[in-house]
Amino acid sequence: MSAVLQNLVNQPYKHGFVTEIESDIAPKGLNEDIIKLISAKKGEPAWMLDFRLKAYYQWLKMDEPKWPNVKYPKIDFQAISYYAAPKPKKKLSSMDEVDPELLRTFEKLGVPMHERAALAGVAVDVIFDSVSVATTYKQKLAEVGIIFCSISEAVQMHPELVRQYLGTVVPVGDNYYAALNSAVFTDGTFCFIPKGVQCPMDLSTYFRINTEESGQFERTLIVAEEGASVSYLEGCTAPKFDTNQLHAAVVELVALDNADIKYSTVQNWYAGDENGLGGIYNFVTKRGLAKGTNSRISWTQVETGSAITWKYPSCILQGDNSVGEFYSVAVTNNYQQADTGTKMIHIGKNTRSTIVSKGISSGHSNNSYRGLVRIAPTAAGARNYSQCDSMLIGDKCGAHTFPYIQVRNQEAKVEHEASTSKIGEDQLFYFAQRGIGSEEAVSMIINGFCKDVFQQLPMEFAVEATKLLGFKLEGSVG
Amino acid sequence: MIREGSRILLEVRGLRAVVNGIEILKGIDLTVRSGEVHAIMGTNGSGKSTFAKVLAGHSAYQVTGGSVLFEGRDLFDLSPEERARAGVFLAFQYPIEIPGVANSHFLRLAYNTVQAQRGKEELDPLEFEDFVRDKMKLLEMNPEFLDRGVNEGFSGGEKKRNEILQMALLEPRLAILDETDSGLDIDALRIVTTGVNKLSTADNAIILVTHYQRMLNYIVPDFVHVMRAGQIIKTGGKELALDLETRGYDWVGAEQPAMAGA
Ligand SMILES: Nc1ncnc2c1ncn2[C@@H]1O[C@H](COP(=O)(O)OP(=O)(O)OP(=O)(O)O)[C@@H](O)[C@H]1O
Ligand SMILES: [Mg+2]
Repeated sequence: MSAVLQNLVNQPYKHGFVTEIESDIAPKGLNEDIIKLISAKKGEPAWMLDFRLKAYYQWLKMDEPKWPNVKYPKIDFQAISYYAAPKPKKKLSSMDEVDPELLRTFEKLGVPMHERAALAGVAVDVIFDSVSVATTYKQKLAEVGIIFCSISEAVQMHPELVRQYLGTVVPVGDNYYAALNSAVFTDGTFCFIPKGVQCPMDLSTYFRINTEESGQFERTLIVAEEGASVSYLEGCTAPKFDTNQLHAAVVELVALDNADIKYSTVQNWYAGDENGLGGIYNFVTKRGLAKGTNSRISWTQVETGSAITWKYPSCILQGDNSVGEFYSVAVTNNYQQADTGTKMIHIGKNTRSTIVSKGISSGHSNNSYRGLVRIAPTAAGARNYSQCDSMLIGDKCGAHTFPYIQVRNQEAKVEHEASTSKIGEDQLFYFAQRGIGSEEAVSMIINGFCKDVFQQLPMEFAVEATKLLGFKLEGSVG
Repeated sequence: MIREGSRILLEVRGLRAVVNGIEILKGIDLTVRSGEVHAIMGTNGSGKSTFAKVLAGHSAYQVTGGSVLFEGRDLFDLSPEERARAGVFLAFQYPIEIPGVANSHFLRLAYNTVQAQRGKEELDPLEFEDFVRDKMKLLEMNPEFLDRGVNEGFSGGEKKRNEILQMALLEPRLAILDETDSGLDIDALRIVTTGVNKLSTADNAIILVTHYQRMLNYIVPDFVHVMRAGQIIKTGGKELALDLETRGYDWVGAEQPAMAGA
């Protein structure tokens, strides 16, 4: 955590409302006082508090969405505590203290040794002496004028930028979870690539969030100015546990003229046990605004975790000739439920979008693709190509496809292809007859199935994702 | 006649098997020695492919009686992949398509798995590429089939050639070729059978399932067995196939009761 934030959090409480709250964890429930408390604890400027309150009052008037194809017990939003002082992860002094199960997982995933330590929360300097990695990284970015920091830090250090863009892509009242996030978010990432700068390396949350617990309501804002480009990696393949069951993140991307933002996610939240108990509910709003001409927003996601995933990374193609892409692999096993997909909103002329969605279901899981392609009357010459493939492993799981297509321009061209396939006994027998066991066979078939998406991932991520899928589906056949 | 120095590779005794509760194999006896070629013929639905799949270990079929020894070991102690690694190979009558999995990748993995089992050297992708291209030349296969999905969109004959390519790579002890000839054009039949003959040694054995003599013109069998209703009802030499070609199957079995193989 940044020093700035640390200082702010540790400041004596001075604003005076709700004086009875002195502890580091806010009492359960949500009301105006709690929001004021969050804002005050973080020492935010008035406009930020206004933003939160506006979101809160909209949220109060909204209902939880019922349309996703997922089932879960009703969430009591008044039973959640919305603020806890950020605390550093508990440091372990050696690898011997790490849960052997976690180490076994790292082993299987092939996570490099030094990363295993960091991911498991072992003090980095105990294991390897490259403490300077993160520092070097930051320096390099600063040299070219890139801002990459926590959103709280950005509110303090670059308030004008945050104020200019925050909530412009996902308005505070956009949807139930986005409104909730806007009201109570406590941390997240801010990333700003100035005009003409090509980010010299992939930006990874790995370098930012390792020292602290990530929040339950994460907020991310990435802005690429004219001609800038960036590739951002979120998450990692290592399993991620959290005591908070509900997660509602908001991610906003803004690409100006000729800018290019590539956002890749590998999501591996705890999915619950094999009966589906205890997993994370992941309700995320991700949206990119291709604001400038020739701008490009590309989402690539590999979704493997969470008990419930509700997520539709979307692109608003406002600039003429702008491009939106969505490449997704969503895997569900056991009792996981995923309702995921994308929205491509074509506004500018000659805007183009590509959707490639691969859903893999096994066990008793349910996997739904939900995609909207909307071509506005202004979007002359717009084109969309969608391909949605589902793969079933076993016969107790389900795959569903819900495409919504709204074309309001005669010159637009929209193509949609869908397929469902099954990993059958006869395919596995064919592999076995050539000496190849079922685990390896499934992994080969799955990787073949996901190839179009994995190709979009940065190299290292792709290798990890491949292994992760094999691991996730282990024991799902035979 | 038994070849000098040959040994028993496969010994099937009273084999019975069911699928979906229906008994298909009703007591099969067959002995195969190294260096031998056995042809199994018989009417459609008589159980030839079932027999092949039971030997290879397809999970849809339950063995309900009898025994099978492969090189002296109980075959049913081995999983399907262990059988393959031990040298049992089945060229499928209907090779399945596996879209998205590159043929080259699949072939290499199969090859390396079997090589590892035999304690032999595994090949990296580049080495394997050269190796497999040589084998493909033998079968006059276009290398472009390496880049396609396994059997994906292959024509009937191309699938069969791909099966024999796998046989050439894996060099099995016991190769069961289930109607490999069907779907092959005249030239392809010659090319593929020539390839199979090259792979035939004094150490291994081949079981050919076929309906037609033309295959047996190229790969000359030591024994011909006739299967009906899940049993081998007649066994003879290569001339039996010629008899069947002219006379059909009706007369078989009317003559004498079933005889075990060699
Ligand atoms: N899964 C199954 N369910 C029901 N019946 C089956 C199944 N598999 C095979 N059979 C039946 O078993 C019998 C033997 O089939 P098999 O494929 O072994 O015949 P075959 O001798 O190879 O015939 P062909 O010459 O036509 O290839 C057939 O009557 C077939 O319908
Ligand atoms: Mg058959």
